[in-house]
Amino acid sequence: MRTLLATRLLPAIAVAAIVIVLPWFFPSAFYYRIGALVFIFALAVVGLNLLMGFAGQVSLGHAGFLGIGAYSVAIGPTYFGVPSWLSLFAGAVLSGIVAFLVGRPILRLKGHYLAVATLGFGLLVAIVLSNEAGWTGGPDGMTVPKLTLFGWGVRGADAWYWISGTTFVGGFILALNLMESPTGRSLQAIHDSEIAALVLGIDVATKKLTIFIISAMYASVAGSYLALFNGHVTPDVAGFLRSIELVAMVVLGGMGSIVGSLVGAIVLVVLPQVLTVFHEYEQALLGLIVMVFMIFLRRGIVPSVAAILKGWRK
Amino acid sequence: MMILETERLAITFGGVRAIDGVSISIAAGQVFSIIGPNGSGKTTLFNLVSGIYRPNDGSIRLAGETVTGLAPDQLARRGLSRTFQNLQIFSRMTVLENVMVGRHRHERTGVLADLLHWPTVARQNRATREAALAALGRVSLADAADRPAGSLAYGALKRLEIARALASEPKVLLLDEPAAGCNPIETQDIDHVIRSIVQGGITVVLVEHDMRLVMNISDRVHVLASGRTLTEGTPQEVRSNPAVIEAYLGVHGSQEAGRAFD
Repeated sequence: MRTLLATRLLPAIAVAAIVIVLPWFFPSAFYYRIGALVFIFALAVVGLNLLMGFAGQVSLGHAGFLGIGAYSVAIGPTYFGVPSWLSLFAGAVLSGIVAFLVGRPILRLKGHYLAVATLGFGLLVAIVLSNEAGWTGGPDGMTVPKLTLFGWGVRGADAWYWISGTTFVGGFILALNLMESPTGRSLQAIHDSEIAALVLGIDVATKKLTIFIISAMYASVAGSYLALFNGHVTPDVAGFLRSIELVAMVVLGGMGSIVGSLVGAIVLVVLPQVLTVFHEYEQALLGLIVMVFMIFLRRGIVPSVAAILKGWRK
Repeated sequence: MMILETERLAITFGGVRAIDGVSISIAAGQVFSIIGPNGSGKTTLFNLVSGIYRPNDGSIRLAGETVTGLAPDQLARRGLSRTFQNLQIFSRMTVLENVMVGRHRHERTGVLADLLHWPTVARQNRATREAALAALGRVSLADAADRPAGSLAYGALKRLEIARALASEPKVLLLDEPAAGCNPIETQDIDHVIRSIVQGGITVVLVEHDMRLVMNISDRVHVLASGRTLTEGTPQEVRSNPAVIEAYLGVHGSQEAGRAFD
């Protein structure tokens, strides 16, 4: 029971409390917008962290799945009259299928080779989205119809804050559950030694594929939310920079730390907003701060701070 | 009953026959040791038997069933487990979690149940934890259960690998140099652990350089030299076989040794 509290219940309650309490401190409606963006990105980052931090498989093309999710809620309602929520689910299923087809050949690769292969996948999605202008509006993108739930048209940043916050908490709990299960243990084992995992009877290829599909579906849902929230989508959503941003959030927050996924998303969504006061130096300062974080908290913010606190208690 | 058999097993690496027509038959419940000078193919033989390499020729039978060419995970599910000469620890996990992974082949769940943390998953986690703790107890590591595996001393890591393999409840356990790099006290511990494993009804196949350990503990000893079988017999027979001494020390060395023993 004590371990249950420590590993699953406590972080879940803490994160849910953050989602609920945070708006009390918002000075203006603008902050709901930032909050919603944080939770949307954090959702994708949790999924990517399952793949990278736990199973040890890198993906430099994860924004490709963000793009599939985003364009599903744009194209589905616009051209096929499919309701947005159904298009979101369809997008997640499509992402899962694409991840299955792409993952089977490329997850045999390791390290840098896998990184480059996934990078290629991300570029491919971005190029298809720009070129198929008849469906996607090309590089200028397209308008995304507003989400309607049970006759209620979802409008305003505060509504999206609650929707994305609730979904994030759900995704967070599912991820914690997974790690405390045979599947989760297998994935962590694969990270440290594939050969040892194999001789203990773990079907390494299938496990890798499974987590690749799950993480693709997380990204897809996040992409759908992002598109619905912004009301507009361009191929940039699937671009290389977006993929790198997701990876940076995982590493900055802490590989293999589900709580770290939220922290990484907070830092990289909020910091650029804060730094706008420095005008032209914004990007340079952002880069500098990220470097300093990585130099002093090299295992990522959450694991490093946890280790420091543990050291103090002793 | 023969639990593990190979027949004229062979594998070639770039023209070198690393294992060349090796046939062994291991009876259930024995400690069966494979010895030989460096480079004689002991670890290669282990890698063939555990499915890491595919043989170019010959066959392997596990408990009477032909398993030639099966992948390591398929063999593991049929009851074959092993440890590694160079440790393969899950260093980011705790000691207990390492051994819990060893229970994998006895766990039954699906990804959906795992994501939703079905009650069956919780129940199974408890059972897995109990079994893993029991396996740790068998190698006297129960006290270290919650420590990060990476923080253990070398000798303890050797025993952790054995516990992890034991947790999978294999029929046959391949131990690749369990005493390598261990001090005499740690080697003594390994000796006790192996004896208790065999008492538990598991067949142990041992590759080991520590001759005292091998001669003490083995029922049968199989000697390899340059990828071929040199001889096989009881420890007593092997020890007094001049060909074995020659393989280890060379012709000149064995004459020297002979003089020294006179």
